[in-house]
Amino acid sequence: MNALTTFITHLPILSAITFLPLVGAAIILFVRGDQEVVARQSRLIALWTTGFTFVLSLLIWIQFEPSTSAFQFEEHFDWLPQYRISYHMGVDGISMLFVILSTFLTPLCILASWDSIQKMVREFMIAFLILETMMVGMFCAMDMVLFYVFFEAVLIPMFLIIGVWGGGRRVYSAFKFFLFTLTGSVLLLVALLAMYFQVGSTDIPTLMAAKFSPEMQTWLWLGMFASFAVKVPMWPVHTWLPDAHVDAPTAGSVILAGVLLKMGGYGFLRFSLPMLPEASHYFAPLVFTLSIIAVIYTSLVALVQSDMKKLIAYSSVAHMGFVTIGVFAATQQAVEGAIFQMLSHGVVSGALFLCVGVVYDRLHTREIGRYGGLVNNMPKYAFAFMVFMLASVGLPGTAGFVGEFLVLAGTFQVNTWVALLAATGVILGAAYMLYLYRRVVFGELTKDDVKAMLDLEPREIAILAPIILVVMWMGVYPMSFLSVMDESVANLLKNYHDALASRTAEVAPLGSTLLAWLR
Amino acid sequence: MTALPAFGPALPEIFMAISALVLLLVGVFRNDEDSTLITCLTVAVMVAAGVMVYRGTGNAVTFNHLFVVNGFTVFAKILTLMGAAITLFLINDWARGAKVGRFELPLIVLFATIGMMLMISANDLIALYVGLELQSLSLYVLAAYQRDNIRATEAGVKYFVLGALASGLLLYGSSLVYGYGGTTSFEGLATAIKSGPNTIGAMIGVIFVIAGLAFKVSAVPFHMWTPDVYEGAPTPITAFFSVAPKIAGLCLFLRVLVGPFAPMIEQWQQVIILISILSMIWGSIAAIAQTNVKRLMAYSSIGHVGYALIGLVVGNEEGARGLLFYMLIYMFMNAGTFAVILSMRRKGRYVEEISDLAGLSKTNPGMALALAALMFSMAGIPPLAGFLGKFYIFMAAVNAGFVYLAVAGLLASVVGAYYYLRLIKLMYFDEPAEAFDPPGLTAGIIMAGSSVLMLVLFVIPAPLVNGAEAAARALFLG
Repeated sequence: MNALTTFITHLPILSAITFLPLVGAAIILFVRGDQEVVARQSRLIALWTTGFTFVLSLLIWIQFEPSTSAFQFEEHFDWLPQYRISYHMGVDGISMLFVILSTFLTPLCILASWDSIQKMVREFMIAFLILETMMVGMFCAMDMVLFYVFFEAVLIPMFLIIGVWGGGRRVYSAFKFFLFTLTGSVLLLVALLAMYFQVGSTDIPTLMAAKFSPEMQTWLWLGMFASFAVKVPMWPVHTWLPDAHVDAPTAGSVILAGVLLKMGGYGFLRFSLPMLPEASHYFAPLVFTLSIIAVIYTSLVALVQSDMKKLIAYSSVAHMGFVTIGVFAATQQAVEGAIFQMLSHGVVSGALFLCVGVVYDRLHTREIGRYGGLVNNMPKYAFAFMVFMLASVGLPGTAGFVGEFLVLAGTFQVNTWVALLAATGVILGAAYMLYLYRRVVFGELTKDDVKAMLDLEPREIAILAPIILVVMWMGVYPMSFLSVMDESVANLLKNYHDALASRTAEVAPLGSTLLAWLR
Repeated sequence: MTALPAFGPALPEIFMAISALVLLLVGVFRNDEDSTLITCLTVAVMVAAGVMVYRGTGNAVTFNHLFVVNGFTVFAKILTLMGAAITLFLINDWARGAKVGRFELPLIVLFATIGMMLMISANDLIALYVGLELQSLSLYVLAAYQRDNIRATEAGVKYFVLGALASGLLLYGSSLVYGYGGTTSFEGLATAIKSGPNTIGAMIGVIFVIAGLAFKVSAVPFHMWTPDVYEGAPTPITAFFSVAPKIAGLCLFLRVLVGPFAPMIEQWQQVIILISILSMIWGSIAAIAQTNVKRLMAYSSIGHVGYALIGLVVGNEEGARGLLFYMLIYMFMNAGTFAVILSMRRKGRYVEEISDLAGLSKTNPGMALALAALMFSMAGIPPLAGFLGKFYIFMAAVNAGFVYLAVAGLLASVVGAYYYLRLIKLMYFDEPAEAFDPPGLTAGIIMAGSSVLMLVLFVIPAPLVNGAEAAARALFLG
């Protein structure tokens, strides 16, 4: 055991986790043989690589020291030395669990694509492995340029996954996804460059320690907001998400909902809040307003959807609204709740897309009206779907409850109205999810093609069972996740509130400025 | 009697000129249809000249202050020579395939390259003009090289007429500047402008000079010739147009504006800002509607010049470094892309429509992958070198306080991303069209090499950035 520990502490483990999928991709590139052989080998290699990456990533959780807010497993290499831009990796309590989330979902996505991806299998697996590298790298990056590189690079494989293996209006959706995100990202780049010249470094811990003048913070915050709000996505820049979800292949939707949306929330936590505290405080009412609109409006929109994926996509926007509320409420419960909500939403919405994928593979339609009465011939499926549906609703004992509850409890201390309005989202969430479930699973089993559908096969059970366990675990014993992030969140908020307390001029939040102006 | 001028600093150019004449004789006496031998010899001459430039005499001024050599000219010349040599291979590939190979072809390229090297080293408005004309005249001939092809001749004539107009503007501007400063030498002008008051005459002169140079690098609003010439000229010659003259032209731009006209920076900066923003925006927007891949590349190159000009706007060492690094990346991206375009052949016939690329990922995955990497790089998406090129440019702009320029450029790059993505969409998302003939060996090597280089340069940019930085420093020292 001792030898193992020494080995792990000396291994650049974050780089290993980040770039291991690339190694797998390179191996797949050299598989030779006819189409069948290549496809089979590619799937196997991808599964083994991602599985091994997941196991490796568990090591950082085991080795992680939760009693400190410092970055751990740090790695540092010069990249552009004359500008003090380096390849700097590390994780803290906030980012570590996102790494696990990414490595957990990827092998399940590979499994979910086992039969449903039939054309260009080799290319699909390579794209997915590259995507995993970029996701993990983004959460580990401790240099802002490095972060930006991974953040942007995610677009390339995702664009191809939607465009090549998607359905429906895949080309339109792929372009919309790419251009929306890119537009936001370039403004983040400008903010990044401006910060670099202010501080002389792009190292994230250095930037966190730096102080920016209030006017500058405002502009920087808006630049970052453009990027992260598109990624989260917040209303009104969420319109790319339903399209991208509907037209992406199942695995693409899972990663999109499970990990890519979290990049926005993570960005707010990693950059906006600690680096620009005054601007974050100033703009918090704006974020609250947009988030509440997102929660209520998109819930109502979800209620009238006839396409399953679209419904879940709109529910994602609503759930991510809770996250942004929690982040900017900036209390211990709210921020931990936001992180927990991101993790649980990552798992649950990913699982819901997998559930849609299961029936889509059988009937090749996502029209809710085409189904009905599945509980009769697919009882196992009905059970799995029910667990995830209830978790999405936020039933106590499932993952969804903890996040929503903490966010609401934390926000209540800051702003009662925001908490109250956000809570209506929980009710609406229950409405649209139960309505969906009733129409798909309950009712009379009348349609002949639906009658012919078979229950879950072992591969699908292998995909869904681990997620059910995780969802229950997160709901019953959330401490194993919360205790990891406690210190980091506490430190983040301490710095945030210190910065607010020590500012020279009182900057009123946007809302009170507006009110004063109206009077 | 005055002593002979020192020939040492100009040795590479003298060597190239003599070699060109010798090769002309060789070509006449061999008199065969295949230009491969002469092409190889020409490339050898270029490589030798490159070595001479690299190992040159250090900083020197010769020929009565007409000709200057320093770290900047060394870097710019090597860049130009590389661009010319790479495209020469493409030209030869094409000439052999199309059976239009004649020994003059590589030699005209060689003459154009000599012109570019002379203008990079010019230290006097007269020397500048002579170098520029040697280059331009050779380019006009190259554009109309297929003289029995109506589009090529049209391209040649159009290029010539508009190019002559631009040269006229340049000359007129130079004469105004001369009338003001009393000299055509760069050093003399710098002193005259610095000490004297800024007069309207000198200002108009500078603006005319800028207009003439902007025409040569095809920046908006002096870009009108570009799409037509790019479309009409044979593909590999378009590749040459889009690489070497652009690099040389931008380096010249840099030398002229931050050299003799440096004291007037406040005046010319506004002009260049306008040109740069217009080029970036128009390069992106106009490209969207194109269906011909060469016209698309014309607008793409207009956009790229717009980005590079940001480096010029900044007008300091950082900006110059950004510009040089950008052009370096641009050279490889363009060479690779044109290698792909040159491989768009069906049964020996060249096709140029964008839609011909449909489904390339199925019919020729390697070529599709290379082009996809190059397109993502052109759009400036990491992890490809095109991103770093833009990064350095925008870094310089933001550091100098031109945040709005960076925002405009980055937003234009989003629009630009659309048409680069459109090519990727055609190759990867659409149903395959008829397959292309397998690409030639040279084109294959160039496209594979440049796309791999995009990744490599992203991971290890330091050596080249250091080179660009040293060159930029030399520019501002002397």
